Amino acid sequence: MNTVPSLIKIRNLHFSRGDRSIFNGVDIDIPRGKVTAIMGPSGTGKTTLLKLIGGQLRPSQGTIEVDGQNVHELSRKALFELRMRMGMLFQTGALLTDLNVYDNVAYPLREHTNLPESMIRRLVLMKLEAVGLRGARDLMPSALSGGMARRVALSRAIALDPMMVMYDEPFTGQDPISMGVLAQLVRRLNDAAGLTSILVSHDVEETSSISDLVYVINGGKVIEQGTPKELADSTSASVRQFMSGLPDGPVGFHYEAPTLEEDLLSMRGGN
Amino acid sequence: MLDLLADFGRKGVEAFERLGRGHLLFLQILAGITSLLPRPGLLLTQIHSIGVRTVTIIVVSGLFVGMVLSLQGYYVLSQFAAEDSLGVMVAASLVRELGPVVTALLFAGRAGSALTAEIGLMKATEQLSGLEMMAVDPVRRILTPRFFAGFISMPLLAALFSAVGAIGGYFVGVGLLGVDEGAFWSQMQSKIDWNEDVINGVIKSLVFGVICTWIALFQGYDTVPTSAGVSRSTTRTVVHSALAVLVLDFVLTALMFGD
Repeated sequence: MNTVPSLIKIRNLHFSRGDRSIFNGVDIDIPRGKVTAIMGPSGTGKTTLLKLIGGQLRPSQGTIEVDGQNVHELSRKALFELRMRMGMLFQTGALLTDLNVYDNVAYPLREHTNLPESMIRRLVLMKLEAVGLRGARDLMPSALSGGMARRVALSRAIALDPMMVMYDEPFTGQDPISMGVLAQLVRRLNDAAGLTSILVSHDVEETSSISDLVYVINGGKVIEQGTPKELADSTSASVRQFMSGLPDGPVGFHYEAPTLEEDLLSMRGGN
Repeated sequence: MLDLLADFGRKGVEAFERLGRGHLLFLQILAGITSLLPRPGLLLTQIHSIGVRTVTIIVVSGLFVGMVLSLQGYYVLSQFAAEDSLGVMVAASLVRELGPVVTALLFAGRAGSALTAEIGLMKATEQLSGLEMMAVDPVRRILTPRFFAGFISMPLLAALFSAVGAIGGYFVGVGLLGVDEGAFWSQMQSKIDWNEDVINGVIKSLVFGVICTWIALFQGYDTVPTSAGVSRSTTRTVVHSALAVLVLDFVLTALMFGD
């Protein structure tokens, strides 16, 4: 695994929202051509990490290099040029609701290329065919199920043939069939198109089944990394708790608070 | 007491921060004109959405405002046997004041609130983030065409309001109250000055177009991306626009007509 060159290098990443520290010295390497999963309990900043990689957020400390370029030192023009080589699948799909499926997928092509409409049509149909939704091209986003919307968003994310695709919780809220289809799609697209995929998820089983490398984040740090098999065999209590979905362990279920007795006996009004 | 003071200070700082963000956004929107010029279709679509779809409320309101003006004006003017000046009174009121002001208030309620809700929901549903990640600048692609559509639509809507209002005034004044038709139109034509009245009215509506559209777009773009946040921003658009229009109207009137 270490012999594969990294497409993304994250070093000593620190990021805070107000007083709350999200990342506290994170180092991550995303190898080229592989599916790398970033896993961790809800609220650990997995989506924030993708936004940091995409340059939508700025770290308080540390660097993020994508294809040899420090994302946060780029000019706006250079950042946009880099983003044209990045695809991102948002948790909600983020389809433009006033455009139909076809126009959504055609959107980046029309914005960034001068291709004739006949060529755009061919490309759009090919991208939609890849996600199995060529027949749904005239539907509006409101007529799509959650799984279909994500597949359309995926075909839009790969419309410009990017070097990498970032997936934000692609399996959340999906029925088992959609989940399986999406998981296989991620793997198939990665291998067929020679992509690099970064998959943010807390769905252990499905994510492990398609990932080459997994990072587990908790408490603002990477607590474990390795192949899905290595993680399954990990002796770390936090990793074992997360991978097995156990209620008791180092990862607390309750948000930080005084004891229940203290709260109940408190005479203060309001909350 | 200290808490109250701290709270007051925090809100003050937040308000200034918001004002700063609003002005920066305004400059970004203006800078986006370079990307709008090669794609006039984006502007035309928004003029249709913002301007054309506001025509109905403008026509109906203009008609009734003109009718009421005529009715009220007639009762006052008839006391001085000056009914023949009804046309001037109706037209001057419409062109100088009511046309630009009422159009701006209606525009804020119809188009401004719709703009804020649209942009706010685009933010809440990550459509704006999605555009950024597709290397498309949402300010240039979404906000700039809407801003210039509002800027262009407002004076046209105000002109329509005044024209329809004059016709409403004619129906009531000449049709119902028996004012002489020739006097109604000829006095209007001779006393309404192109520069003094019409151009000043157009300048007012251009200023209101900038303010109302800017407020609506900023409130949408700066919204807290939740349903409560979008609802608050939409309300703010209408309230801030109405206040800004009324205050600016006073300032502009004082500058234009106060010798």
